[in-house]
Amino acid sequence: MEHLFNIFIKSIFIDNMVFAYFLGMCSFLAVSKTVKTSMGLGIAVIFVMAITVPVNYLMNKYLLLPGALSWLDPSFATLDLSFLSFIMFIAVIASMTQLVEMVVEKFSPSLYNSLGIFLPLIAVNCAILGGSLFMQEREYETLAEATVFGLGSGIGWALAIVSVAAIRERLKYSDIPKPLRGLGIAFILTGLMGIAFMTFMGIKL
Amino acid sequence: MSDVKEREPWFSPKNIKLLTGPINSQNPITVLVLGICSALAVTVKLKPAIVMAISVTVVTAFSNLIISLIRKSIPNRIRIIVQLVVIAALVILVDQILKAYVYDVSKQLSVFVGLIITNCIIMGRLEAFALGNKPWPSFLDGIGNGLGYGLILVIVAFFRELLGSGTIYGYRVIPTEWYIGNGGFYENNGMMILPPMALITVGIIIWIQRSRNRKLIEE
Repeated sequence: MEHLFNIFIKSIFIDNMVFAYFLGMCSFLAVSKTVKTSMGLGIAVIFVMAITVPVNYLMNKYLLLPGALSWLDPSFATLDLSFLSFIMFIAVIASMTQLVEMVVEKFSPSLYNSLGIFLPLIAVNCAILGGSLFMQEREYETLAEATVFGLGSGIGWALAIVSVAAIRERLKYSDIPKPLRGLGIAFILTGLMGIAFMTFMGIKL
Repeated sequence: MSDVKEREPWFSPKNIKLLTGPINSQNPITVLVLGICSALAVTVKLKPAIVMAISVTVVTAFSNLIISLIRKSIPNRIRIIVQLVVIAALVILVDQILKAYVYDVSKQLSVFVGLIITNCIIMGRLEAFALGNKPWPSFLDGIGNGLGYGLILVIVAFFRELLGSGTIYGYRVIPTEWYIGNGGFYENNGMMILPPMALITVGIIIWIQRSRNRKLIEE
C-alpha cells in the first residue's frame, strides 16, 4: 500500500509530465490561456490517462512482451512482438478516447459539454502516449501500480496546466517587452515553474 | 500534350519557398507552436538532438508523401486513424533502424522516438498540407518543416551542451585546465543540463526571432 502511495506522489510531483519531461506541451501552451478551459482539459487528461495506462499494461503483458502469448498456445512462448508496441498503444489510445467520449456523452451530458472539444484532441496529446511508454519502460509489475501511475501522471499534468494558466491570466496586466509577449513569456514561465517543481526532487520516497 | 508544357519544374520558386519558409518565418516550433514536447527533452547533448532531427525529418517527409498519394481515397471521418497508422508504421521503422545502428543514442532518446508519433508537427502538416496538395510539394513541405524543427533543436542543444558540459558533439571545447578542480577558474553551469533551461532557452530564441521580425509579434 505504501509502495503504491509512493508511485502516486512520485508521478505527480517528482516525475511531473510537464515540468520534468515536457510531455503534452503543444496543447499545454495552446490551452493554458484561461483557468476555466485548462481545468476542462486537465480533467479530460486525468480521465483518459487513468484508463489507457492500465489497458496498455494489459496489452503489453498479455500480447506484446517476449513469451506473452504463451497463454494462447505454449508454442508461442518464443514470440516477441514488442516492436509493435507503438502501433498497439496508439490504437488503444485512439479507440479509448472515442469510447470515453461516447460513454461520457451518454451518462453525463453536462460533463460532455464542458469537455466537448478537448476529448478528440487528447488522442494526439503526447502525455498520454508518453504515460504508456514510460509504463512499459519502467516495467511496473502489477496492474495496480500501472493504474496508480496513470492516475498520478494525469493529476500532475492537470496541476501543471491549471497553475500555469492562473499565472498567465494575471500576466495580461503586466508590462512585458512586446516581442516576448504571448508564446515567449509562456515558455520562460513554464521553465521557472519547472525550477520550482525541482525542489520536490529532494524528497526521498 | 499541353500538359507537359504546363508542368512546373521540380524546384520552382514556389517549391523552394516550401522548403525555406519553415526554417524562419513559418518555423514549426517558434511560430506555429508544434512539436515542442520532444524538442526540449532531447537537447541536453548535440548528438541525440541531431539524430532526433533527422528522424523527425524522415518521418514527416515520408508520411506527407504517403498521405498525399492516398489523399483522395481516405474517407474523411476516419482520416485521423489512417494518419496515425501511417505515422506509427514509419516510426517503428525508424526506431528499429536506430536500435540497429546507433544503439547508445537510441537508449538516450528512450521513449521520445516513440513519441514522434504524437509529434504535432507531423499531424499538423498532414492535416494542413498533405491532405490538399500533390505528393512532390507535400514531400518538400515535410522536409522543410523537419529542417525548421531540427534547426531549433540544434541551436538549443549547442548552447546547452557548451554551457552545461563544456563540450560540443562530445569534443571538449573548454580546456580541462580551466576547471576549478584543476586549479583554474571555470565551472560548468549545471543548470543548463536540467530540463527547465531548455524551456527558457527556447523562450529566448523566440524573443530574439520576434524582435528581428516584428510581424510575428502577438498582441
